[in-house]
Order: sequence, then C-alpha cells, then structure tokens
Amino acid sequence: MHAALVKKLIIAVVGMFAFAFALVPLYDVFCEVTGLNGKPDMEAAQASNLVDESRMVDVSFITQTKQGVPFSVKAKQFSVAVKPGEMSELVFVAKNLSEYQRVMQAVPSVSPGKAAKYLHKVACFCFDRQPFEPNQEIEFKLVFYVDTELPQDVQELTLSYAIFDISDVALARDDAKTEPYKG
Amino acid sequence: MSTQVQSSEHAHEEHLTGIKRWLFTTNHKEIGSLYLIFSLVMFLIGGAMAMVIRAELFQPGLQLVDPHFFNQMTTVHGLIMVFGAVMPAFTGLANWMIPMMIGAPDMALPRMNNWSFWILPFAFAILLASLFMEGGGPAFGWTFYAPLSTTYSNDNTALFVFAVHIMGISSIMGAINVIVTIVNLRAPGVTWMKLPLFVWTWLITAFLLIAVMPVLAGAVTMVLTDKYFGTSFFSAAGGGDPVMFQHIFWFFGHPEVYIMILPAFGIISTIVPTFSRKKLFGYSSMVYATSSIAFLSFIVWAHHMFTTGMPLAGELFFMYATMLISVPTGVKVFNWVATMWRGSISFEIPMMFSIAFIVLFTLGGFSGLMLAITPADFQYHDTYFVVAHFHYVLVTGAVFSIMAAVYYWLPKWTGHMYCITTAKWHFWMSLISVNILFFPMHFVGLAGMPRRIPDYALQFADFNAIISIGGFAFGLSQLIFVWCVFKCARGGESVPAKVWDGAEGLEWEVPSPAPLHTFSTPPKVK
Amino acid sequence: MRISNFAYLLTFLLLSPLSLANSDYNMRKGVTDVSHSVYELHMTIFLICCVIGLIVFSVMFWALIKHRKSKGAVAAQFHESTKVEIVWTAIPFLILVIMAIPATKTLIAMEDTSKADITIKVTGSQWKWHYEYLGHDVDFFSVLSTPLSQVNNEEEKTETYLLDVDKPLVIPTNKKVRFLMTSDDVIHSWWVPDFAVKKDANPGFINEAWTKVNEEGIYRGQCAELCGKDHGFMPVVVEAVAPEKFEQWLTERKLAKTAAAKEAEALLSQTLSKEELMTEGQTVYMGYCAACHQPTGLGLPGVFPGLKDNAVVKGDLDAHIDVLLNGRPGTAMQAFAKQLTVKQIAAVITYKRNSWGNDTGDVIQPSQVQAFIDKTSGE
Repeated sequence: MHAALVKKLIIAVVGMFAFAFALVPLYDVFCEVTGLNGKPDMEAAQASNLVDESRMVDVSFITQTKQGVPFSVKAKQFSVAVKPGEMSELVFVAKNLSEYQRVMQAVPSVSPGKAAKYLHKVACFCFDRQPFEPNQEIEFKLVFYVDTELPQDVQELTLSYAIFDISDVALARDDAKTEPYKG
Repeated sequence: MSTQVQSSEHAHEEHLTGIKRWLFTTNHKEIGSLYLIFSLVMFLIGGAMAMVIRAELFQPGLQLVDPHFFNQMTTVHGLIMVFGAVMPAFTGLANWMIPMMIGAPDMALPRMNNWSFWILPFAFAILLASLFMEGGGPAFGWTFYAPLSTTYSNDNTALFVFAVHIMGISSIMGAINVIVTIVNLRAPGVTWMKLPLFVWTWLITAFLLIAVMPVLAGAVTMVLTDKYFGTSFFSAAGGGDPVMFQHIFWFFGHPEVYIMILPAFGIISTIVPTFSRKKLFGYSSMVYATSSIAFLSFIVWAHHMFTTGMPLAGELFFMYATMLISVPTGVKVFNWVATMWRGSISFEIPMMFSIAFIVLFTLGGFSGLMLAITPADFQYHDTYFVVAHFHYVLVTGAVFSIMAAVYYWLPKWTGHMYCITTAKWHFWMSLISVNILFFPMHFVGLAGMPRRIPDYALQFADFNAIISIGGFAFGLSQLIFVWCVFKCARGGESVPAKVWDGAEGLEWEVPSPAPLHTFSTPPKVK
Repeated sequence: MRISNFAYLLTFLLLSPLSLANSDYNMRKGVTDVSHSVYELHMTIFLICCVIGLIVFSVMFWALIKHRKSKGAVAAQFHESTKVEIVWTAIPFLILVIMAIPATKTLIAMEDTSKADITIKVTGSQWKWHYEYLGHDVDFFSVLSTPLSQVNNEEEKTETYLLDVDKPLVIPTNKKVRFLMTSDDVIHSWWVPDFAVKKDANPGFINEAWTKVNEEGIYRGQCAELCGKDHGFMPVVVEAVAPEKFEQWLTERKLAKTAAAKEAEALLSQTLSKEELMTEGQTVYMGYCAACHQPTGLGLPGVFPGLKDNAVVKGDLDAHIDVLLNGRPGTAMQAFAKQLTVKQIAAVITYKRNSWGNDTGDVIQPSQVQAFIDKTSGE
C-alpha cells in the first residue's frame, strides 16, 4: 500500500545524493552561464585581435609557495602595464630545489574576482603538470592579454600562482613527500 | 491468513518484556519515548561539554583544557545538540503525536521506525568513543570545513564520517515514515486544510530532510575521499576548491536549521490556541508561511559565506533573499499574537514556555536580520554575535518549544499531571539563566571576540565571566527538568482524556495515559 | 512582571551618554569611511528591529494582561482575516526594502577596484600571518608575542594580552592599501574591526580587500576562521602611520634586511658559546615550539610528539635540521626555513639536545645548519 510513495521518496533521496556530487561540475556551468566567474581559465585562449588604446591596466604577478615545498618560482618582472587587448609575454623562472625528480602544479588565481574572466592566458605553465629533474631550472613563458571588455573601473589586477608539489601523485612515489632528504 | 499473522504478532508483543520489548518495539508511542529519552540524555551530555567550554572561558588564560581538546568540545557539543538532541526530540514528538493527531493506528512503516531509532545510539557511541582515542575526536567545528577536516585532521575523522552517515540515514528513514504516514494514513475526514499545524510543519520538515540530508551525506563522503582516497574536491593542487565544500555543506546547512525550527512553530501553534481558548488565527496563512520559509531556505545558503570572496552580485542576491525570510516568519509571530488577542488566556507551564519562545525566538530573528545585511556581516561573521543569534533561535527557540511540548503532552503520555511547583522552578530558572548566558554574547561579539577560541583578550573578560555563570545556572536548571519528568512518569495526580480545557484535536479524545494502541479503528471526523 | 530584553537594552543605551559606540558592547565606529558606513548601517538596522520588537511585544503583553481568563476575559471567535494578513505581509516587506537601500549602497562602495597606492600580500598559516609588501622586497612573519607564561597564568596579563605581535603590519594613512589574502594550509580569515575588513584566506587562491585609514594608530584584530589548535592565538596588529613615516619605515626595513643577511653571513665563520646558544635557543623554543611540544618537552601524546628522549632530537643532526627547516608534510609540524634564521635554528636545536634530560652535549653552530641548507638546495 505504501510501496509506491516510499519508492518515489527513495528515488528523491538517491537523486539528492547524486546532486551533491553534481554540484561540482554544476558550479562550473553556472559560472560560465552567468559570467560570475571568479576563476581564471585553465585552457589556452585564442589570441587577441583588438586593442583598446585608451587606457592602461596594471597586471602584477605573485607566486605562493608553502614552506617546505621545494620549488622556487619567480616572475622576472613583478608587474606590467598593458593595454586591453594587447598581447604580452612574461617569463617565470622555476627551480626544483631538491635532489629528486619532482612534478609541479601551478594553480592560477586572479584578483579582483570580477576581472578573472577578462584575463586570457594564451600559453601558461599552469595548464599542465610540469616535471623537473633534480635541481633543474626552467624558464616558462606566460603569454596573455586582458580583454577589451574589462570593466572600466578595474585599474589593476593580480595573477597569483599557488605552487604545489604533486610528485607523490604524478610519479606514484610514496616517499616523495615524506623523505625529501636522504643522507 | 493475515488475521492469523496479526493476532500472533499481537500476542508476540504482549509477551515481550524488559530489554527485548524496547529493542524490538514497532509501536510509535514506545519509539517516541525512546527518541525522547535518548534526546534528553544527549542534551545532558552535549550540555556537559558546554559546561567544559564555559568553565575554560570563565577567565582569560588557559586553565582547564588545552586548545585542541577545547576544539573537540565545541565540535562535539554542536554535533550532539543538532543531531543528538534537537532532531531526535522533534522526531520523538512526531512519533508520539502524528498518528494520534490524524487518527492513524501507528506510523506507516513501523519496523523501519524501530531501525531509525536504534541506529542513533550506535552512531553516537562511535562519535563519543572517538573523543577517547589517540588523537582525539573531531576538532574542526560541527561545520567541518575543508581542508581543516581533510588534510589537517587526524585519522579518527573516518569515525566522524561514519557516525554522520548513520545519523543521516536515521533522519532520512524517519522523514520517509512521516511523509508516508501523513499522506496515506489520515482518517477519513482529516483533509489537508484540517491537519493540525504540528502535522503540517512536520510534513514540510520531512520534505526538507529528504532534500538535504543526502547532500550532507555527499559532503561528508567527499571529505572522506579527499582525505583517504586521493580525490581533490576541496584541494587546489588537484584542481578543486575549499570554498566548494562550503557551498555543498551550507546547501544542506541552511535548510537544516529550518528543519530544527519548523516543528517548533508547529508546537507553538498548538499550545497558544489551547491556552488562549481561541482557534489559531490565520490557519491557511500559517501553512503558506511555513511553506514559503521552507522554499526560501534553499536559496539563502551563501549568507554563511559572505567573507569567502563572493562576487558583488552574489552578495546582493543572498542578502535580499535572506532578508525576505523575515517576512513569512514575522507573519507567523503576528498570527500567534492575534490568536492571543481577545482570547481567554491562562498561564500553564506549556504556555509560559511558548510565550518565552515568541519573545526570545523573535530576538534571535532580529539578530538574524542584522546578520543578513552583508556589509554589517563582515563585522559579525565568525564572532560571538553569530553564536548569540543561533543559540537564541535554537535554545530559547527549538529547545524551549520541545520543553513546552513535553509539559503539554506529558500528562497525555503518562496519565499524571506533573508537579507544577517543580515545573515552575524549571521554567523561571531556565528563563533567567538562559538570558544571562546568551544575551551578553551579543556584546562580546560586537566588541570583537571571535568564535571557537579557548582564550580571549582582556576586554572580553567581564562578560565572559557573566556568560559562564549563566551557563552553569542554565545547566543546573535542566536537572530540575529531568527530575520533574522522571517524577511525573512514576506517578502524580490523575488526569482526564482532555487534560487542558482549551485543547482541541484527536489526541485529546483518547484516554490519559494513551493506551498502547489507539485508533485501531479510524475515528469519524467531520 | 516581565520586561522585554529590548526595552532594557534600549533604555540603557539611550541613557548612557558616550555609550553608543562603546566598544565594550557595541561595534566600533572604526577609522575608515567604510567602517563608519558599516557602523551607521548596523545601528540603523538595530534600531529598526528595536522599534518593531517594542511594538509587537507591547501588543502581546497587553493581550497577556488584559485578556486573561483569571480577570474574566471571554474568548472572541475570530480566527482569520485576509486583509490583515496582506497588511502585515506588505508592511514588513516595505521595511525590508527601506533597509536594503543603504545596505546596497554601502556594499557597492566597498567594491572599489581603483588603483591602490600599495599592495600587501597577506598569507595565513597555522598559526601566524605573513606580510609581503609587493614590489618592495620587504616581507616578514607576524607572530603572537604574548608569552606562554601569561597564557598559563604564571604571570600577570598585560593590557594587550593575546593581541600583541612581534612585528606588526605597518601601513600609511590616507592611502588606498590593497590586501591580497591567501593561505598556506587551511582557511584562515584576516580581520581588523577598526577597518571593517574581514576576508577569508583560502589555500590555493587569492582574495582581495582594501582600506584607507584616516587616523594614525595601532589597530588590533584576530583570525576569524577556525584553523586548528591555535586559532585564538594568531592576532592581526596593524600600525597606521603618516605616509612620510611609512616611507621611512619601509626604507629602514629594506636596510635591516640587508644588514641581517650580512650578519648571518658573518655568523657562519663564528663559533658561538654553548651558553649563548642555550639562551637564544630557549627563547626560540618558548616562542615557536612550546605551544605544541610544551615547555616541559613532553608534547601532547598522540597529537604532538614529546621531545624528551626523542629519537630525532638525540639522533642524526641532518635529519633533525631537516625536520625544522622543511617540516613534516601531512602533520602540523610546519617548515620553519623562512621563519627562523640559521642562528635561531642552530640555537633551538642546541637547546633541545641539552634539555629535559636529553644530555647529548651537542653544540650546534649556525655554520652547520647553513652547510645542510647548501647541501640540499643545490645552489
């Protein structure tokens, strides 16, 4: 007698459990559709073909490396002044400070949040996992431009890279994170 | 064939005594009592943890516990009060009263009902046991934000996850039972717009539970997999985001707090008309208001996240939506007052608790409205102002309504009137001490004291001392309640079927104490 | 006779003259235009709530008194009115609209993305803040400086108990200061009530806030997001000084950095005495290690290892230095490489190796620590 209703309710329960997991991709869809995108692109953008000569925007670059993570990543220039639409290049010097093979993942973040979707990265070392030999130093090129649609009131923005050591995952090595030094 | 099964089941029940009776019961009244006694025990345990918190915060400096243990106390206090005291108490009241109120013989799924209850002590045994294990219990707040709960917690986190899953399953099963009971088992004549408000509010609450408890299960599973199985839902290194946790958690968390208050609204809507000797004012309006609150509760979750770095459009939307909830809530308060207006009011204990509810819950509602204002929230967020707000709506709100309900229906359950003097002492001591305990929290919060800290700067010392004294007094006052209930269960002045002269509803047509089986034949309702 | 709490509070507030912004029980007005707007907004909403509460509760208490059964009241029979329901839905809605207008205005004013005069990166970690003046090569950790002895009630607490740091953040007044918040581990939150700035520091991402301080002074706040054991022990202290003083301070810091580097360099060729190392080591231990490992060196069993009779402390020196420099990933043991100087590390290792019965007799020189760093960094 109650089976039909109970079945419907159980389906609803299972559906809501799946919904919780679905929220992960759903937020990405929502951000794209509404344009409320605080997150920078993780895919290469098309090159720009328009330049707005009327104003300059300050773009600064910072990197964030937690203590104990054996990488050093520095932009050669702290900040550049660019015209919206103008293609720019910036070199980052990254070094594996340890005696081991390592893999680095850089995660970009842009502030202010509303500027995030207007910063287009055409080439970025953050798109891929970056492998390093022991003590290796690599120069990466960031190629980017600021969209001409950037709101007029945004005069400066900052691109930050959080640098992570993902050797244990990328190289499937258990000891990569717990035994950085062997005598 | 079925009659044979029925009578042998019936005979089987008659023969069960002692522990087996309670372990295997499928009777809504017995299960209701189990839930209520369990919730009272958990209330005292969670309360004891609050006493540890207040004892440490009585003075600046660290005197009694170390900060890690303090964090375990605040975390487990929250988990116990939410999942072990308030929710089971409301479920116990639902079990006892809903079948009688709709003229049904029992809940729709009596055996699942037994399971719903008995997995709860199991879940809490696990949670409490983790406190005594090496590394200690959960210490990341009842809201268990990642990555504090994932990368930076100890291995006992798995036990916390397991316990929460079980609590969730219990609530979900209970909700299914409530919905099926109300939809399918109403006696003929008990139409939708004749349902008592307590039944309405529980029906709506049950739908909220179905919608959001699974989301909590999802969140807690993601914490488990992030911690032990290499996923990165909440870790930037793997492409995830710690703020995503907050979105998922609060999608559950906000409706959860309405789950904890809607049944309270139902209780107050039952008690106030009885002691005003006047029908509830605006019945259909009350139903619509409750439904609006339930609907709105789904679209306000990010008001817990104003400081996470939200875009302006998000801040504005969630500010407006949150402010909106005060409209249907206000409507309910006005309707209660209009019920009292030009009634014939008497001040029995259930009514005293209900009046206290109306004033003090509204006070909590006002601080909630202040919190909704985003730019001001930047100063209130994660301070004791928030702690004051939610304790007003949960303690002087939900808990007071549960006490009101117990004083209201205890004579029906036991057949005895409780000792009124003892009950009066409980009421007045609780009322005074609860305000000494929580009101100054507004002040220290505004003055800048953050939450979840075991020690504080000197300018917060005086009020913290007062708060702690209020806390100790409030804790002690609850022992009076335990005594009162215990005494009443054992004996007291006999009461008739209609215990209160202004009471209406099918539950007042059965004898007091209510026999184990009521409405085996459906009543005729016009 | 019960009097509503609001009536008490309202009366109290209205009667105390300078009371309204008294920071013992109310929000501070603060020292920025934004904090003033926020304060005004807070008081406006609060007073509207008080008025509504007063009206509603007066009506209710009137009913409770005048419509009592014991005074012979007989219940009326009305129990619904669509008109009344509409009125008391519409009026609160209008009040909300009235509240929403100044709230929206204040929020929009806070959304200021114009160019800042200086940008400071604020990094939260367990359990301290790190400040970096972007584009100026000045950065430092800001750690709680209240001694453990005060927390443990062995000494009297000073007025700024728990709100003192060794190196406060210094910013110029009357200039737009932009903050970029992030975290190295869990979510923290950077809050200065006098600026009405509170922003979460999320690991892996940056958030932004700004302020423009009108008055010189020292402003104190705290971490506002549960971040573990010492969440209550990582205060924020900001010193706002006139722009000229700020420029001077910045220059001094740059010079100090160069001088410190030179001094560290010089140290490497010196041999320090055991007494000097033990004294400095104890200071470092009490300031940075004792919160977890305890002044007794006994730690917290199951949570923080004891250092007495500890294998690492008494064993291989390189492994010991490594734990201090690089931490133990996956545990609460942080990496101290950027926080402590080579001399401090040498001192604290010496201290631990010769305390609580760990009588190893080891005396570790800064040069030994530097040798380890050179060996393992491939420079």
